[in-house]
Amino acid sequence: MVDHAEKLADRLWSRYDRKEQLIRYGIYFATLVAVVWAVKDIDIFWPWVWDAPNQIQSLGSRMWPPEFSAWNAIFSAMLETVHIATLSTMLTIFIALPVSYIAAQNTTPNKVTLWLGRFILVSSRSVNTIIWALLFVAIFGPGVLAGILAVMFRSIGFIGKLMGEAIEEIDRNPVEAMQATGASKMKVVLYAIVPQVMPAFFAIIILRWDINIRESTVLGLVGAGGIGVLLQGSIDLFAWQTVATILLAIIVLVIVGEAVTSILRKKVI
Amino acid sequence: MLEITSLVKRYGNNDPVLEDLDLTVDGSSVVAIVGASGAGKSTLLRCINRLVEPTSGSIRLNGHELVDLRGSALRHSRRRIGMVFQGFNLIDRLTVMENVLSGRLGYVSLFQALTRRFPQTDIDRAFNLMERVGIAHYADKRADQLSGGERQRVAVVRALMQEPQILLADEPTASLDPKTSQQIMSLLQSLASEMSLPVLINIHNVTQARMYTDRIVGMRHGQMIFDGAPKDFNQDALDAVYGGIESPEEDSDEPGKQASQTQEASA
Amino acid sequence: MTGVRTAADAQSGRVWKKPPFIANPWIRYGLIAIAMTYLYWAFSTLPFNWERVSEGLPRAARIFGGAFPPSFERGDLLWTGFKESFQIAFLATLMGVGLSVPIAVMAAKNVAPLPVYLLGRALIVISRSFHPVIVAILFVAAVGFGPLAGILTLTLYSIGFVAKLLAEEIEEIDWGQVEAMRSVGAGYFKILIYGVFPQIVPRQIGLSMYQLDSNLRASAVVGIVGAGGIGGTLMNAFGRYDYAFAFAILLMIIGIILVSEGFSGWVRKKVW
Repeated sequence: MVDHAEKLADRLWSRYDRKEQLIRYGIYFATLVAVVWAVKDIDIFWPWVWDAPNQIQSLGSRMWPPEFSAWNAIFSAMLETVHIATLSTMLTIFIALPVSYIAAQNTTPNKVTLWLGRFILVSSRSVNTIIWALLFVAIFGPGVLAGILAVMFRSIGFIGKLMGEAIEEIDRNPVEAMQATGASKMKVVLYAIVPQVMPAFFAIIILRWDINIRESTVLGLVGAGGIGVLLQGSIDLFAWQTVATILLAIIVLVIVGEAVTSILRKKVI
Repeated sequence: MLEITSLVKRYGNNDPVLEDLDLTVDGSSVVAIVGASGAGKSTLLRCINRLVEPTSGSIRLNGHELVDLRGSALRHSRRRIGMVFQGFNLIDRLTVMENVLSGRLGYVSLFQALTRRFPQTDIDRAFNLMERVGIAHYADKRADQLSGGERQRVAVVRALMQEPQILLADEPTASLDPKTSQQIMSLLQSLASEMSLPVLINIHNVTQARMYTDRIVGMRHGQMIFDGAPKDFNQDALDAVYGGIESPEEDSDEPGKQASQTQEASA
Repeated sequence: MTGVRTAADAQSGRVWKKPPFIANPWIRYGLIAIAMTYLYWAFSTLPFNWERVSEGLPRAARIFGGAFPPSFERGDLLWTGFKESFQIAFLATLMGVGLSVPIAVMAAKNVAPLPVYLLGRALIVISRSFHPVIVAILFVAAVGFGPLAGILTLTLYSIGFVAKLLAEEIEEIDWGQVEAMRSVGAGYFKILIYGVFPQIVPRQIGLSMYQLDSNLRASAVVGIVGAGGIGGTLMNAFGRYDYAFAFAILLMIIGIILVSEGFSGWVRKKVW
């Protein structure tokens, strides 16, 4: 189907046709405009920007070598951090599971519960752990209770959303089969749904525990317990070398947490 | 002309996959390499363009030694060797035209490659070749929207865009249905004579090997045990190459064959 | 599930019990024992100030009473705060995603030589280990209060997430396409451009949109330690016990996050 005249003339090819070109350039242009606006409008003192590498380096040298004298206090604070993360993850399970059940389209009793479930999950997820911590410190005062509640409230959204998606993605056939035997709703859930979502459940819990360890390290900065309290204290005193030790301890905790979670994942899934 | 001398490929301390292989391919012949899975066919082909590193031996293409090349010299030699793969190996998310043009990557600059500004001569050649194999109307379609036979044709055009001195085809039809594989084999055969190009084809299907090639090389356990005209590749040769226990894929319309109809797993 | 004995069973003596989840009884009971001990230990060593906690409920009532209805009076403060948060998130996403591409290539075992791979992985681990709030504190100490610290923080945060997932994506590409590009004689960068990048583009765009969303949330938070954005405004509101204003800020944060989630989901669908 080739036109002879066309064959003789130069055959042109370009990667994008006219319309696509326009759209691409449009996007580049819009992004460029946005960047220029953002940079000009933002409240940055430019001399500080050029000085930044210098400043970062000077801070780094003030933090060297790390000061280990307070390591006892650091160690118990780290333990406290781990407790906060672990306890809140455990407790969250009891709330997140029912919420995920009603937030999943295929298992929710009715529209109202569906929206209620979704609302709970969205509000939980949209408010950062630290902001929850601010709220709970205002209510219950500084201390680990505020921290545990903060991590719990944030984790509900995370676990609930992922579990809800896991529930929505199950194979319907076992459910039908169980219903056909005349089992009640609860039994159908127990036999047809729970076994299918078990692997996802463990993966999600392990993942969230890992994230919660990281989150718990900073709760103390607003007074909600854990290593963050020590960190804030040292920063206030400009004790940079102690700060360095605390940061090292946090890295160790994170690495240990990652190692433990990958072992757990291999064994359980 | 391709001259392979004393080619050996050994992985670690295991038995060699290729053992002291000699092969010469002239001019514009179409050579079929047959053998069971694990006989070393794929390794042989990949040693030629150094996707696999030979352990020892010599491979000369038109007088140039290929085995010790590195860096840009190696890339220069690769662009002269066209390869067609069993899995087509097209860039799925790019269009047919881009896939075809990617055959010129050994010739254009990095900037041209990045911005897709290929020389007009390349674009003309692309259109001509695509028309020749019948896929020109797919030029702007994404490669993963084509059927298997069409994709292999794109792959053939890509290889030809390199203006190669030799074409290697590693089981080009193993993923295709019988009718389409015949089309591809026939295409390779005609292109070889139209462009005076030597072609080496790894193939399972002995019937097609006989029908579309000028010479059959049989390999077994890394050694060449048959080298001759298709008409001389008789039942004895077949047994020697395949060991008589498993039989290669045979077309069901072959009268008088005693071989069983078992499918052989691909290499 | 305990064993069920029927009359028939009683005759044949065959009983069935569901095999326990963890086969080895030592491990099973051991784990339960460990869990119980842990709970007891954790609860007893954690310092709970029960007096203060019991004051909590009436206090909560007061706070929620004060927070409702939310007050949007100081709208201009709201506006400048959010604008700054958005700017921080936007610039940090651009820089972070831009830097993530070369770092991801460095950190992918199948395309990077070993020393480069180790360096790439190290960069990613460093970027990920610290909570953005801690990183923000350090940057504030280094470069001063304000959005600059926030941008630097979130850039590192973005790299830690995007580069890691992108590197994993690169490690799982279809190697045949790379082989084909090697066979035509293309050099390293051309192979990257034609053989690797087209395979990771959808994931890259998905990750970038997700990260923009993530940075928007995080930018609200780094302000709490002085790195610019609505977080600072929120902190001040809490400090002044102006709970109505704080509630207004929270509502807006939730609203903006919902909108941005919707937007990024739409973009991801279009590009896949």
